[in-house]
Amino acid sequence: MNAKILGAVSAFALSALLAGPAAAEKHKIDFWFGNSGDIAKRVQEQCDRFNASQSDYEVVCTSQGSYDASLQNTIAAFRAGQQPTIAQVSDAGTLDIMLSGAFYPANKLMADMGYTVDWNDYFGGIKAYYATSKGDMYSFPFNSSTALLYWNKDAFAKIGKDHAPATWEEAADDFKALKEAGYACPLGFNISRDEVWQFEEQFNAIHGEPIATKRNGYEGLDAELVFNKGKWVQFVKDWKNWYDKGYAVIKSKETGQTFVEAFAAGDCQVILTSVGDHGNIGRTAKEGMNWGVAMLPVYAGTERKHSFVGGASLWVLSGKQDADYKAAAAFFNFIAKPEEALTWSTVTGYIPVRNSGYEYLVKQGFYDKAPYAGRELAIKSLTASPADDANSFPGIRLGGLLQIRQEISNGLQAIFIKNEDVQASLDAAAARGNEILRRFEQTYEGKQLP
Amino acid sequence: MEKRVTFSSTTIGLLFAFPMLLLVFVFFYWPGGQALFWAFTLEQPWGGGNKWVGFQNFAHLLKDPIYWNSITRSLVFGAGSTAIAMGVALVLAVLTDREMKGHSAYRSIFVWPYAIAAPALGLAFRFILAPEAGLLSILNRVWPDIWNPALDGNDAMIAIIVAFSWKYIGYNFIFFLSALQGIPRSLIEAAAMDGSGPLRRVFDIQLPLLTPTLFFLLVINITESFQDSFGIVDIMTQGGPARATELMVYKIYFDGFKGLDYSGAAAQSIILMVLVILLTILQFRFIERRIHYK
Repeated sequence: MNAKILGAVSAFALSALLAGPAAAEKHKIDFWFGNSGDIAKRVQEQCDRFNASQSDYEVVCTSQGSYDASLQNTIAAFRAGQQPTIAQVSDAGTLDIMLSGAFYPANKLMADMGYTVDWNDYFGGIKAYYATSKGDMYSFPFNSSTALLYWNKDAFAKIGKDHAPATWEEAADDFKALKEAGYACPLGFNISRDEVWQFEEQFNAIHGEPIATKRNGYEGLDAELVFNKGKWVQFVKDWKNWYDKGYAVIKSKETGQTFVEAFAAGDCQVILTSVGDHGNIGRTAKEGMNWGVAMLPVYAGTERKHSFVGGASLWVLSGKQDADYKAAAAFFNFIAKPEEALTWSTVTGYIPVRNSGYEYLVKQGFYDKAPYAGRELAIKSLTASPADDANSFPGIRLGGLLQIRQEISNGLQAIFIKNEDVQASLDAAAARGNEILRRFEQTYEGKQLP
Repeated sequence: MEKRVTFSSTTIGLLFAFPMLLLVFVFFYWPGGQALFWAFTLEQPWGGGNKWVGFQNFAHLLKDPIYWNSITRSLVFGAGSTAIAMGVALVLAVLTDREMKGHSAYRSIFVWPYAIAAPALGLAFRFILAPEAGLLSILNRVWPDIWNPALDGNDAMIAIIVAFSWKYIGYNFIFFLSALQGIPRSLIEAAAMDGSGPLRRVFDIQLPLLTPTLFFLLVINITESFQDSFGIVDIMTQGGPARATELMVYKIYFDGFKGLDYSGAAAQSIILMVLVILLTILQFRFIERRIHYK
C-alpha cells in the first residue's frame, strides 16, 4: 500500500520535474473567444500554429460557445480579477468595452512592445468600423464578414436570366418570374434578432442612409435612431408586399428549415446572408446545383456605398503583467501574416482584413478556384466607396445594439406576421430603441466617446 | 448523580448553524442584495461605476404596456403549464399506483425528463413541433396552416407550455406516487369491499388524502414556471413571434445576459420576485386553509 502511494508520488514528482522546465520556458496567456463548431476548431488550429512557431509563449485558446457567452464570461472574469489577456468581442459589444477603459489599446500595445503595425493596411471599411472617432485602433479586427446575395443559377436560367439582380426593382421582377415559373420560395428570409442585420443595417449602409443621428452614433452617445424615416421604410413595404404575394417566405429554425439550409437544398432561390456561409453552402449544396453570389442589390438610381463589416475583434484586457502583453503582441504579430490570412480564409468563409493579406490571396490565385471564387465580392462590397466618404457611414456605434436589433426584429414580426402598419411599427421600434439609447447614455454619463 | 458536560445551547447552536448560514449568505443573500442594489442604480457592465437613480428602473418598466403584457403572458404560461404538468402526472401516478402491467418500469422512466437540461429539451421540441419538417407537420398536411408556432403567437405559447410541462410531469409524478403509496392500503381495500369503483376511490379517498402533496406541488410548479422557463423560450422561440412568448424571466435573461443591461434586469428580477412571493402568499392564504395534513 505504502509502496504504491510512494510510487504514485514519485511518478507525479518526476512528471512535474520533467514538465517543469518546459512550462517555465513558455509563458502562458489565455484567449477567450465566442465562435463554436467548425470555426472554433479553426481558431484552435491557428493558436496551435502560433504555439509551434516559437518557444517563448503559449496561447491557451478557449471557446466559450457563443459571442454572448464569451462576453458575459469575460466581464464576469474581469470583475473578479481573473480575466484572460485576449478576449473576442463582437460588434454588438464593442461600444461597452470601448467606454469601460478595461482594455489595453491595440495601437499602444504594439507600439509599447516594439512592433510597427501599418494600421492603414486594414481595409478602410473594416478599420473605420472598429476605430475611434479619431481613427485610433483599440482592438484588432479578427473574423470579418459582410452580407452577400446568394442566387440559384439553375432557377434563374429557367426564367431566362444569367445574372443576379443588381437593383431591388430587378429583384422584384425576378421574384415574380420565379414564382410564376413554379418556385415556391423565390426569396427565403428570417426576421429573428440575429438575421435582421443583412436586411436593415446593410441596406442602410449601402444606400448611404443613416440608422441613427450623429453619424450612426460615432460622434456622440446622444444619437437617435432614424431608420424609420429613410429609404428603408419603402424597402420594408416592398418586402412585405413580396411576402404577401408569396415571393418571399420566412424560413427559420422554428419552421423546420433555416433559409441557408433552404437555399442549399434548392428550396429557396435567393437569400441574403454572410460571406461566412459561403463555405458551408458549398459543402452542403444539393448535388449538381449551380449557384453564385453577388453584392446586395440597391434601389435604382442609388450610388452604392460600402457595406458594414460583421464579426468580431480582439481586445487586450487591462490588469495583466508585462510578460502577458509581450505574448499577446507576439500573437497578434503572428496572425497578421499574409500566410495566416490565406489559411484562415481557406478554412473559414471569413475574409482577409488587410490589403496585404488580400493581395497575397489574389496572387496565390485563391479567388480563381471553384470553392472560393465569389468571395472577393465581399471585399468589393466592403470597399465599394472610400471609408472617409462623408456620404457613407463607418458602421454602427450604438449602446444596447443587441436590444435595438431585438426591437427592430419585433417591429418586423408585427408587420409580417400580425399585418400591422409598416410606418407605425417601425416608429414604435425606433421609439423603444431610443429609450434604450437614453438609458445607455445615462449609464455612461460623463464619459466621452473616444 | 451523574455529571454531564453542558454547553451554552445558544452558542453551540449558532456554531453548528454557522457553516450553513454562511453558505446561505454567500449564495443567496449576498447576490440577492447585490441585485437589489443594482435595481436602484445604473450599473456599467465592465464595472466602471454605477449611478444611483432611485426608482427610475421600476418606473420605466411599470409604465411600459409591453412589460405588462409580458406579466400577463407569464401568468398564462404559469397556469397552463402547472395545470398540464400536475394533471398528467396525477393520472400517471394513479395508474402506476394501481400496479398496472409494467408499473415498475414507468416508475423509473417517468422521472427522466426532469434530468434533461432545458436547452436540449427545447431543441428536441423545436424539432418535434416544427410546422414544415417536424412530427406535427402531418397536421398541416391534413389541415393546411393549422399549426405554425413560427408565425402564430398562440401556437408558440402552446409549444413552450407543452415543452415545459413535459419536463415537470416527471418531477410531479415522483411526489404523487410516493404520496399515493403512503395511503394505507386498508382504506382503499375497505372502500373496494364497500363496492366503490377505481374512479370513485380516486375522488373520494386518494385525492383528499393527497391534498398536502397537491398543494406543495402547486406552489413549486408555479414558482418554477416563473423562473425556469427561459432556456426553453430561448431555444424554441426567442420570445417571438412578435413577443408572443416573451415571458418575464426570458426578458430578464435577454436584457441582463445578452443586452448587458444589468440594472434593468435586476429591477425586473425584483418585480418577478415580488410577484412570486405574492402568488405564494395568496396560495397559502386561500388554498392551504382547505388542506388537512392529518
